[in-house]
Amino acid sequence: MTIDDISRRGILKGGSALAVAMPAIASAQAKVPNGSAGGKMTSVTMTINGEDRHLDLDPRTTLLDALREHLHQTGTKKGCDHGQCGACTVIVEGRRINSCLTLAVMHDGDSVTTIEGLGSPDKLHPMQKAFIVHDGYQCGYCTPGQICSAVAMLDEIEAGIPSHVTDDLEKVRFSDDELRERMSGNICRCAAYPNIIAAIRDVAGKDAA
Amino acid sequence: MKTFHYHRATSVEDAIDAAAQTQGARFVAGGTNLLDLMKLQIETPPALIDVNRLGLDKVERTDGGGLRIGALVRNTDLAADAVVRRDYAVLSRALLAGASAQLRNKATTAGNLLQRTRCPYFYDMRMPCHKRRPGSGCAALKGFNRNLAILETSDSCIATHPSDMAVAMRLLDAGVDTMAPDGMRRTIPIADFHRPPGDTPHVETALKPGELVVSITLPPPVRGRHVYRKVRDRASYAFALVSVAAVFGEDGTARFAFGGLGTRPWRAAAADAAASSGAKAVAEAALAGARTTDQNDFKKVLTARTLASVFRAQEARA
Repeated sequence: MTIDDISRRGILKGGSALAVAMPAIASAQAKVPNGSAGGKMTSVTMTINGEDRHLDLDPRTTLLDALREHLHQTGTKKGCDHGQCGACTVIVEGRRINSCLTLAVMHDGDSVTTIEGLGSPDKLHPMQKAFIVHDGYQCGYCTPGQICSAVAMLDEIEAGIPSHVTDDLEKVRFSDDELRERMSGNICRCAAYPNIIAAIRDVAGKDAA
Repeated sequence: MKTFHYHRATSVEDAIDAAAQTQGARFVAGGTNLLDLMKLQIETPPALIDVNRLGLDKVERTDGGGLRIGALVRNTDLAADAVVRRDYAVLSRALLAGASAQLRNKATTAGNLLQRTRCPYFYDMRMPCHKRRPGSGCAALKGFNRNLAILETSDSCIATHPSDMAVAMRLLDAGVDTMAPDGMRRTIPIADFHRPPGDTPHVETALKPGELVVSITLPPPVRGRHVYRKVRDRASYAFALVSVAAVFGEDGTARFAFGGLGTRPWRAAAADAAASSGAKAVAEAALAGARTTDQNDFKKVLTARTLASVFRAQEARA
């Protein structure tokens, strides 16, 4: 078997076979109405980066898998797939969320912005440009999530949403401490953090604080 | 993830009816905890009722001078709500101390209350866990239990309740408003909402099958200085080792609630009564009856020190 044969699909298949062999949990034995196996295809329409997209999906499909596997928008990355790393961060209805922890069918009618929608190689978003200028990455895997997160995060500060490190809940101020706290949901195992902070500060038009 | 029937509910009644049709059906709102557990097949609901379109997303004043928080109000919105920031600051602080911004943007008020423990053995399908598989045993009792509970534990379970928000709700004497499958509405006091494990640790709340949380009601504000101090292994995005929620009144009284210590958000009347005697007395009262292991015994000292720090900050302001 070459490395190319070890597809994620193959691994997922192996994983579900293993799970079948596991002892059933009490709730798994609950009856399913009409003897159906469940999981019937469900239709969903979302606006992805400004374009209406219609999909018929197995309801188990996460927003992340819908983007990557069905719409082939592979800019959004799958890191942990458990909401711990932030690599899958996208902006839904103006808010950053972990696309791995939500089902696509829960977003019928929603507007989704991914890294592909923020900018293009010809026309970079200011945050993308700043990440390049400040070298805000090494391997780059977490970068699309970092950038989507950073763009929405600045809007959150602008909207006056406080954070854990905000002294006075009524007065949200811009600082490096605020950036670090607010970006803690995006892990960078190359530890490019200082440069990520520099890039975000640059876009926000603020000096080091 | 196991297959399930997906139903996009259009009203509270529709959601409750749909849930009543399938034994073991679950409501999904933010989904940040439930979907993760479904991926791991720790939860395998045969039906998922999507309640996101029920409109339960408002924060409103009650006639009694309190606050009614819709079940679907996102954690970010609740923390940033102007009235919550001003009059229930401990709730804002607790919310902001939990999870990441991405998760708070999605997670809901009711979902936060209903989130499940992060005990490593609850998550490890190869290990026994009474909560996950009743009757299978508890691997945590003699396992890696450094961050597990020391209060209201049992021989069946020592899993910690993970929520920060729920600790503030406990401090503020919130009520959980529900609707049952038969259409009956009731309000469950937060003190009775979560259950200690006893010998049925898989029964975590007072909710009956198919009962839907529609809102959380707070009584009129508790005046004073609101504090939420959380101690964890890293500065952000981690569950509490110990957390202290407190309101210091201007008359010298205070009330306390604790996270990271109990199998459910912890509050002790004796701790409140000891407020005038200082941090050490409060810690002793709060920790009466604590049952520790070699690994989590440090939580007693950490609780006393966290309280000492909270008291010192309070004295500095007085």
